[in-house]
Amino acid sequence: MEKIYSRTSTVLPKSSGFCPGCLHGTAHSILGKVIEEEGLREETIGILPIGCSTLGAFYWDLDVVGSAHGRAPAVATGVKRCNPNNTVFTYQGDGDLASIGLSEIIHAANRGENFTSIFVNNNIYGMTGGQAAPTTLIGQKSTTTPFGRSVEKDGYPMDMCNIISQLKAPVYVARFSLDTPKNIIAAKKGIQKAIRLQNSGKGFTFIEIMSNCPTNWGMSAVQSIKWMQENSLKEYPLGIFVDKYKEEF
Amino acid sequence: MKGNEAIAEAALRAGCRFFAGYPITPQNEIPEYMSKKIHEVGGTFVQGESEIASVNMIYGAAATGTRAMTSSSSPGISLKAEGISYLAAAKLPSVIVSVMRGGPGLGSIQPAQQDYLQATKAMGNGGFKLIVLAPATIQESVDLTYKAFELADRDRNPVVVLTDGVTGSMMEPVVLPSMIQVDKADKKWAVSGAMGRDKNFIAGTAGIHPEQQEEDNIKSKELYERWQREDVRVEEFMTGDADIVIAAYGITARIAKSAIKQLREQGIKIGLIRPITVSPFPYENFKNLDPNKVKKVIVVEMSIPSQMIDDVRLGLEGNIPTETFGRSGGVVISDDEIVDYVKRSLDKGGDK
Repeated sequence: MEKIYSRTSTVLPKSSGFCPGCLHGTAHSILGKVIEEEGLREETIGILPIGCSTLGAFYWDLDVVGSAHGRAPAVATGVKRCNPNNTVFTYQGDGDLASIGLSEIIHAANRGENFTSIFVNNNIYGMTGGQAAPTTLIGQKSTTTPFGRSVEKDGYPMDMCNIISQLKAPVYVARFSLDTPKNIIAAKKGIQKAIRLQNSGKGFTFIEIMSNCPTNWGMSAVQSIKWMQENSLKEYPLGIFVDKYKEEF
Repeated sequence: MKGNEAIAEAALRAGCRFFAGYPITPQNEIPEYMSKKIHEVGGTFVQGESEIASVNMIYGAAATGTRAMTSSSSPGISLKAEGISYLAAAKLPSVIVSVMRGGPGLGSIQPAQQDYLQATKAMGNGGFKLIVLAPATIQESVDLTYKAFELADRDRNPVVVLTDGVTGSMMEPVVLPSMIQVDKADKKWAVSGAMGRDKNFIAGTAGIHPEQQEEDNIKSKELYERWQREDVRVEEFMTGDADIVIAAYGITARIAKSAIKQLREQGIKIGLIRPITVSPFPYENFKNLDPNKVKKVIVVEMSIPSQMIDDVRLGLEGNIPTETFGRSGGVVISDDEIVDYVKRSLDKGGDK
């Protein structure tokens, strides 16, 4: 019998500490698969800031740099400028990237830094226990919006793909989702494209991946997928926002 | 060379190949010089979008094994505190130049020494320490910046060059050291893609278990104790027969020397202890002063209140009375006013 699928060799074979039903594992798996398939296991450096993304430090079988909260794009700038031949990615959550690290991601994108930012958006702070993020939906309850996010007090959800695609430098900006196998395959293809663009020296690539947080949303895994489809994917529609090298890659 | 530019040139010669900084007076010549020159030696300059980004860029650069530096002034250093603490936690060798301003908040931009405690006691959260080198001349700015990179690599810890607007702005002839090329590959802990080896992990924490963190804190303590034994640098000037000793560092020590020469001409037996490493502090030099001979130690500093006084008193162990005299806020102290102060002080005795 032929083995046609196995776990990625870029993630260490041990059980993860992600909550049951959390899609971070899937995000790791597809990013890891791309790195493996592109033959980059020994050339890649991952930058992991603060949040559930930090846990990746224990799982990635890659050189990894842990960074301060939100600062991964600045750290990645230092890493990539000094080691331009390495493939460099940041793996950041929405509290990290869209809130405390907003300045770092915008300016790295605007400089056209030649690395890839993977932005995993589940509309909430997971690691610290379910507080509101800039990406939290209107009406969505969290431990710091116990009556639901209100426009009057908290403003509107921030659409990072939309914001980053206003800049001139980024070469690929796209939003994917992990809610269905089809979307997972599409997300993997998007990551592959971003990594290939980076390794061709084209510039900054940004991949948003819509994800879930069953624990802090207070749902089962199945319910959380349904909630994504009925709520967060409506606020954050999937699509390609910028694709400067449509034909070549 | 101009003081700030001399620091930048010394860094290049020490093998610094990555610099990130943000505009703030009175240190602008350092990033400006780097932006002009660092590409000539194959290095990279990035003007960060903020102090926070700049220090995190050198965090990334240092993680690759590249010699990296950032510079700033008082409120800018406060913003860098997060990154400096991470550099210490992650054991990333790096150099931070602090060109001090004159007070809290925005402070005044003129020359002062108002950030001694920040530099020597708490550059960020977590109770870590750094070697802090305080040059008094442009030549020393060159030599200590050059040395800073070596110490940073030796200890895998950030090193601070602590200077001020006078030392940064004045010009003096200097002898420049030779150009070093550092091979990143020698740093086996650095990230480079895990080619034929297990992964390297640069972490901004010693670990998630309390025991790991404690073990790491103990190792840091041992490092700091070794500095105290092996790395203290200090200059004593005319202390041999002195019955009054001035304690001063950096530019103030230089001005104090000129005051001491004048006072000596007037028959007053006075000397100077000048910490060159303000961390590790030369406690022993103060401890070794003879209480039967030295009547008082005057801490002269361009800071009000004096910030170095606590370290001086720790060294003296209560054996000799102390006084403080300083100007601050950007008012540069003069040798004449030090002379006047010492003479007035001689008339009134000392307080313990």
